[in-house]
Amino acid sequence: MQLASAVDPQLADLSNKLIYSAMVVYTLAMFAHMIEWTFGSKGAVAVRSKEQSGSLGEAVAAAGKKAAKKVTVTVAAAGGGTTTLTRTAVAGEGATVVTSGRGAEEEDGPGAAGTSEKADLAGRIAVSLTVLALMLHGGGIITRGLSVSRWPWGNMYEFSCAFAFAMAAAYLVLLAARKKVRWLGLPVVLAVLLTLGIATTVLYTDSDQLVPALHSPWLAIHVSTAIFCGGAFYAAFIATLLYLGKDSFEKRAAAGLATGSLGTPASVWQRLPAASTFDKLSYRINALVFPLWTFTIIAGAIWAEAAWGKYWEWDPKETWSFITWVAYACYLHARATAGWRGRKAAYLALAAFACWLFNYYGVNIFVTGKHSYAGI
Amino acid sequence: MSNTTTETEQPPAPDDTAAERLSTAPVESDGPTGIGVLGWARWMWRQLTSMRVALVLLFLLSLAAIPGSLIPQYQNGQGQLKVEAWKAQHGTVAPVYEKLQLFDVYSSVWFSAIYILLFLSLAGCIVPRTWQFVGVLRAQPPAAPRNLTRMPVHAAWRTAADPDAVNAAAHRLLRKRGFRANLSGGAVAAEKGYLREVGNLLFHLSLFALLGGFAWASLASGTGGKLMVEGEAYSNTITQLDDFNGTRFYGNQDLDPFYLKLDTFTAKFQSSGSQIGAARQFTANVEYAAGSDTSKLKKSTIEVNHPLEIGGSKVYLIGHGFAPVVTVRNAKGDVVYSGATPFLPQDGNQTSTGVVKVSDYGQKDGQRTQLGFSGFFLPTAPVSFEGTGPVSLFPDDAAPELVLNAYAGDLGTDSGLPQNIYQLNLRKMTQLTQDGQPAKVRLKPGQAWELPDGYGSVTFEGYKRWASFDVSHRPGNVIALTGGVLAILGLIGSLFIQRRRIWVRAVALPGGGTQVELAGLGRSESAKIAEELAELAVDLQDDAPASEEEDAPGSAEDDVPSAEEDTPAAAAEDTAAPDDSEAEASAPAVPADQNSKE
Ligand code: HEM
Repeated sequence: MQLASAVDPQLADLSNKLIYSAMVVYTLAMFAHMIEWTFGSKGAVAVRSKEQSGSLGEAVAAAGKKAAKKVTVTVAAAGGGTTTLTRTAVAGEGATVVTSGRGAEEEDGPGAAGTSEKADLAGRIAVSLTVLALMLHGGGIITRGLSVSRWPWGNMYEFSCAFAFAMAAAYLVLLAARKKVRWLGLPVVLAVLLTLGIATTVLYTDSDQLVPALHSPWLAIHVSTAIFCGGAFYAAFIATLLYLGKDSFEKRAAAGLATGSLGTPASVWQRLPAASTFDKLSYRINALVFPLWTFTIIAGAIWAEAAWGKYWEWDPKETWSFITWVAYACYLHARATAGWRGRKAAYLALAAFACWLFNYYGVNIFVTGKHSYAGI
Repeated sequence: MSNTTTETEQPPAPDDTAAERLSTAPVESDGPTGIGVLGWARWMWRQLTSMRVALVLLFLLSLAAIPGSLIPQYQNGQGQLKVEAWKAQHGTVAPVYEKLQLFDVYSSVWFSAIYILLFLSLAGCIVPRTWQFVGVLRAQPPAAPRNLTRMPVHAAWRTAADPDAVNAAAHRLLRKRGFRANLSGGAVAAEKGYLREVGNLLFHLSLFALLGGFAWASLASGTGGKLMVEGEAYSNTITQLDDFNGTRFYGNQDLDPFYLKLDTFTAKFQSSGSQIGAARQFTANVEYAAGSDTSKLKKSTIEVNHPLEIGGSKVYLIGHGFAPVVTVRNAKGDVVYSGATPFLPQDGNQTSTGVVKVSDYGQKDGQRTQLGFSGFFLPTAPVSFEGTGPVSLFPDDAAPELVLNAYAGDLGTDSGLPQNIYQLNLRKMTQLTQDGQPAKVRLKPGQAWELPDGYGSVTFEGYKRWASFDVSHRPGNVIALTGGVLAILGLIGSLFIQRRRIWVRAVALPGGGTQVELAGLGRSESAKIAEELAELAVDLQDDAPASEEEDAPGSAEDDVPSAEEDTPAAAAEDTAAPDDSEAEASAPAVPADQNSKE
């Protein structure tokens, strides 16, 4: 009788502890974000734009008035007005300073913290906690992989952990790239906790070796891209939801109503970016991920060809990946050509994400096919 | 798009059409244009190739794919069995489902209709677009609209420089930025990002390659099955395969000739933890030769993710099990049967069932007799069958045992009808009894069983492993894969490259000086056109410095530079601008992006 290479129980145990610790820290981050939202207030616009024109003024003054070349570009705005974009070139240095006359600051709101310094502090603490949690989370994934000397995504529990990691990491990368996305913190942390919660309770499987069907380099390629796509689709989904909420708030505000739909408080919506920003964000993420999702499906087909002899067999998982793909193609088409922008396109994006969710959870739990992994 | 060059100075249409044109979407038509059958046919064709219908068809395609994931399908692995089981459970609706082809969704009439229509629509959309695009490439970028400050993204200032020099500089700068630029009629027209359209066309065309690969595979592929016990070999011909499913262009005669021998098979299983018994590794060690010459055999292995390619076929490992080796002797002690018989696993722990048919038993009591044995092979047998029956506890051979029942009579093998080698036909067989009970035995390797009533003996010599293989010939994979790769490349081009136009016009003002106007038009969602225009405007300052009286720097609140107010038309129209169809096509997309950089 031959034995497969064993599992290192200490590492496996450590992995579980790290994941649980990460969940605790994510929870703390969530509370910090809640404090940020609760104590934040609106009204930062004036302060910020003063700051900015100040810095522009300084830059130009430093270079000497003559040497500065300033150009203003006028842009028609969606609502019918115009906004401007001003660029100032500082001669001799090749550097340009860009500022917006009426732009991101005002349109995109001040963020969760508003003008409150306390709330801003809470927000910063929340981000730091998220970083810490992410490190624990990453440690949990790595030790899980080390405990069995393989890629740590062989079953639903492991996918979910990696997937939540992808989400949190993507958010922090955006922050690190100085994008104004701190408002995403609360929804991201909530989504991460939800995913990890389901993973550790419903989907948990002990650390172990893989069935032979999963012994393939394609496991690393196909599954990791699938995980990344999942994280990104999730983010786009959040942006789409916020778009719908903010859009209806903007419409209601234009109609003189004081709250968002379902009686949500105006102060929350006011601190969020403009609806058009959310719309753009969700489109961009979806458009960015679509080619990768296409790749994921093709990589899966290549793997299936190696493992089962047919690259496409309409196995439920394959079928739902295809359905998801077509649904996102629908959404992109609608945006690109049929003039279905705005809310209609957003509903399509939601439907496409629902397909993705069903593919992820539904197919594994309710439908049996060849993609039944170790454990669930 | 091929007529873009004709529109030079036809105000005010150029603005609208220029904006419209940059969208690569085909123009939608609202009603039948001609009369009679031809008119309607054309109208229908136009409808079919319209984006709206393409969208509906795409949506239908995803809806239509759903039932196949929830209802068992014939074409899936073990589909036949699952469909039969499902039908037995749902007696009343099964015939209806069968009629609706719900067990065969992906080759059903309605599913096929949807994708065929979709591809027709695609062809009708993509072919004209390709020609249009060729026309666009041959022509110059569309000339500048009359009124640049009416465009959604624009800039304007006054300079002392000579208009011709400014235009020439703009032309040079735009070229340097990779634009296709054309200077004529006192203005520069430039366009960039043609690869977007190339990518888009490539993507849609490669979908045809994918479909072609699929179609070719379904017309010219075949799959055979072969089970071999360790030490056995076979030649890949229709008579030696266990089963074969061919297609129109790959039938019995087309099988790729090769020889394959299974030397040994090894399996590893999880031996502890919660997933005890889970499979970890299977390896079939084989020898093979392509063609019919078996003098030079090559050694290789076949594993679950590593099929072996021989000739034009791939051999996949799909199953494994045990084959107990049994020797049967008659009453005189002559060996009447000896060999390994594959038993079929019934559960994850390799509880296996099978039969041994002794058709050459000979005579007993002056009568021609045959023997049959049915039973279980348990790689890890429990101490007692009490309460559980004969089940294996572990999929590997930790405590192997063979459980047998014995029958005598007529096996029915002489009837000429094909027989299931894993089942006994008991119609003319009677079970042997011992002490009034059905005769039954548990044997460990090496043990023998003296059959009741003087029928002789059975010896359980040991066991071998067997492995089953799919031999699959599937052409078209390369076509499909190429299609897939091109699709991704095309998508990247289509989604990440922005197509945009920039116009620059410098004209001498009646009162002296030069008015410089720039406008940009990007149709797609994330065009950074405002940024780009601003950069160009900054670069242009070297050759066309803004006059001194321009507003002071730093006043971000100043929306409208003073220079702009001097422009006739601009002041009045600026705020009221988006009231025509141009606004529909471009305004919502562009402003969204104006501030994407900090
Ligand atoms: C077979 C299914 C199809 C799929 C999966 C598909 C997918 C896509 C995708 C992903 C895009 C990129 C969207 C973008 O550029 O933002 C696109 C663009 C486009 N598709 Fe399709 N498509 C299909 C069929 C069709 C058909 C039947 C038509 C024509 C009737 C069509 C016409 C177009 C056009 C005109 C664009 C360009 C949009 C633009 O201007 O950027 N497609 N398609």
